[in-house]
Amino acid sequence: MTAADAARVTFKPKRTDREKREAWAALVFLSPWIIGFIVFIAGPMIASLILSCCRWDMLSPAHWIGLANYREMAHDPMVHKSLANTIVYAAMYIPGSIITSLLLAILLNQKLPGMRIFRTIFYLPTLTQGVATFVLWSVVFEPEIGLFNRVLRPITHLFGYEPPRWLNDPAWAKPALVIMAVWGVGGMMLIFLAGLQNIPEQLYEAAEIDGANRWRRFLNVTLPMLSPVIFFNTNLTTIASFRVFDAAFVLTNGGPSKSTLFFVFYLFNEAFRHFNMGYASALAWLLFAIVLALTVIQVRFGQKWVHYG
Amino acid sequence: MDRRRPLSVTIRYIVLIALGVVFAFPFIWMVGTSLTAPSEILAKDRPVIPAHPQWENYKKAWTAIPVNTDLFGRPAQDFPAFAIFARNTVTVAVLCMIGQTLTAAMVAYAFARLRFPFREPLFLLVLSTMMLPPQVTMIPTFIMWAIPGWIDSLKPLIIPSFFGGGAFFIFLLRQFFLTIPKELEEAATIDGCGPFRIFWNVIVPLSKPALATVALFSFIGSWNDFLGPLIYTQSIEKKTLAVGLNAFKTLLGTQPHLLMAASVAMLVPILVIFFFAQKYFVQSVVTTGVKG
Repeated sequence: MTAADAARVTFKPKRTDREKREAWAALVFLSPWIIGFIVFIAGPMIASLILSCCRWDMLSPAHWIGLANYREMAHDPMVHKSLANTIVYAAMYIPGSIITSLLLAILLNQKLPGMRIFRTIFYLPTLTQGVATFVLWSVVFEPEIGLFNRVLRPITHLFGYEPPRWLNDPAWAKPALVIMAVWGVGGMMLIFLAGLQNIPEQLYEAAEIDGANRWRRFLNVTLPMLSPVIFFNTNLTTIASFRVFDAAFVLTNGGPSKSTLFFVFYLFNEAFRHFNMGYASALAWLLFAIVLALTVIQVRFGQKWVHYG
Repeated sequence: MDRRRPLSVTIRYIVLIALGVVFAFPFIWMVGTSLTAPSEILAKDRPVIPAHPQWENYKKAWTAIPVNTDLFGRPAQDFPAFAIFARNTVTVAVLCMIGQTLTAAMVAYAFARLRFPFREPLFLLVLSTMMLPPQVTMIPTFIMWAIPGWIDSLKPLIIPSFFGGGAFFIFLLRQFFLTIPKELEEAATIDGCGPFRIFWNVIVPLSKPALATVALFSFIGSWNDFLGPLIYTQSIEKKTLAVGLNAFKTLLGTQPHLLMAASVAMLVPILVIFFFAQKYFVQSVVTTGVKG
């Protein structure tokens, strides 16, 4: 070490030469990202901001209309409706997916034979989530011959009811999409599992010596030690639930009675079905503002309960 | 927690098996439906797995949508559209996989190993792009691709992947590169290697598990991508499996067995790739994990 230090002092000018060469090399390595950032992120962001102050249908020339698009949003009943739909979806999906993935991770966090197989089974829906599995769920939710109602019908008939018509019923379409999304929590489960495996064994041993039972060990060791991961996953699912689109597009096309017309779906319709490019850009910035505000609130709130060990 | 309590272990297995059945059942139902005879498909009490599996459902699904051009755009009679969708999907997925893995590794290497001004704030900027909803950039990007007339082509789906591969992959690879002992590079430096040779001859060979994970995620990501092909492809010769299957969902809707056969066929490649890459995948989740 001392020899190296001495060398550094003696050949100081050469070191800056090396530093320069290294910085140039870094520029070459970074160049794909730098170009990509300018062309696909920063440039479009500026363009989108300008566009959000225009009226433009891609055919006739764009008109500058200032903040009129943003004012229109405040009175647009479809903005209210699609935001309400998204919030109801998020209110079911966020707790549902956090609790399910945490439960699966806790069940898997044991050195027992067969855990790898279960981990794969729980992870497969995440891996395959796409049009093929959406189509699969459309058959599962089918009210007459679908898997769900075949299982449920004997139970609901006991109480004299017919099982829900899921995707065909405005009251049940959102819960149906939430059930399908919770089926795909395997990625979050893996993140929880990694978090659980990072909790030092000694903490549990100490708690056991102090006479803490299973439940108290979960409350006083697992939960606080896992709180950064819970925080991370909550933030991830919040952002994901405000971007929900694909499943509603494929399964319900926003219906029935616009009950699954989520905010991004409305944005997509404005942009690519009605070609209101200016208004759709303003909607996109509202989405960004909402996601950012929710993250700031979660970070503020998180400082109270997240425990960084 | 490793002390074996026979009762709790039994309960744990019972709960796991029950949940495993719940999670796997939609897949079993899917395969069962895809093998059911058309005459039985509407029966409310049909068995989950049919007694006489109809394998020709797969053949029927493959040819269910005939088009008038072949893979090379030449006129043809009753050419299966799914062959064209599959060709497009593989083209996009393979090229995106190469572009994302290669360029994300380059960028990640710079952040993990090279010293340059504004490294930390620049890395924060990379991470912060994850916060940006893609809908903000989607509209101007669409207009940009319309300028050279590349709407209704695969180019807008492929080209962006050669520009850094996205913040998540950069982050994942940087975390992995940080775990590689520096001594190896120092030895290579003494042998006269510059950063380019170190990247290619030291870092890349040592990072196979992480690179395989990124490649796997990238391939599956473009295989399942829906919004991109939905916006950028219009004609039937340009559609990928995801949008193609969706477009013909209503057409095949009266024949659930064919719809399920097409869906199963679309999932099989993902499952095959996952089972081959699983070893690498688990290894790099363990090394890079959230709390690396």
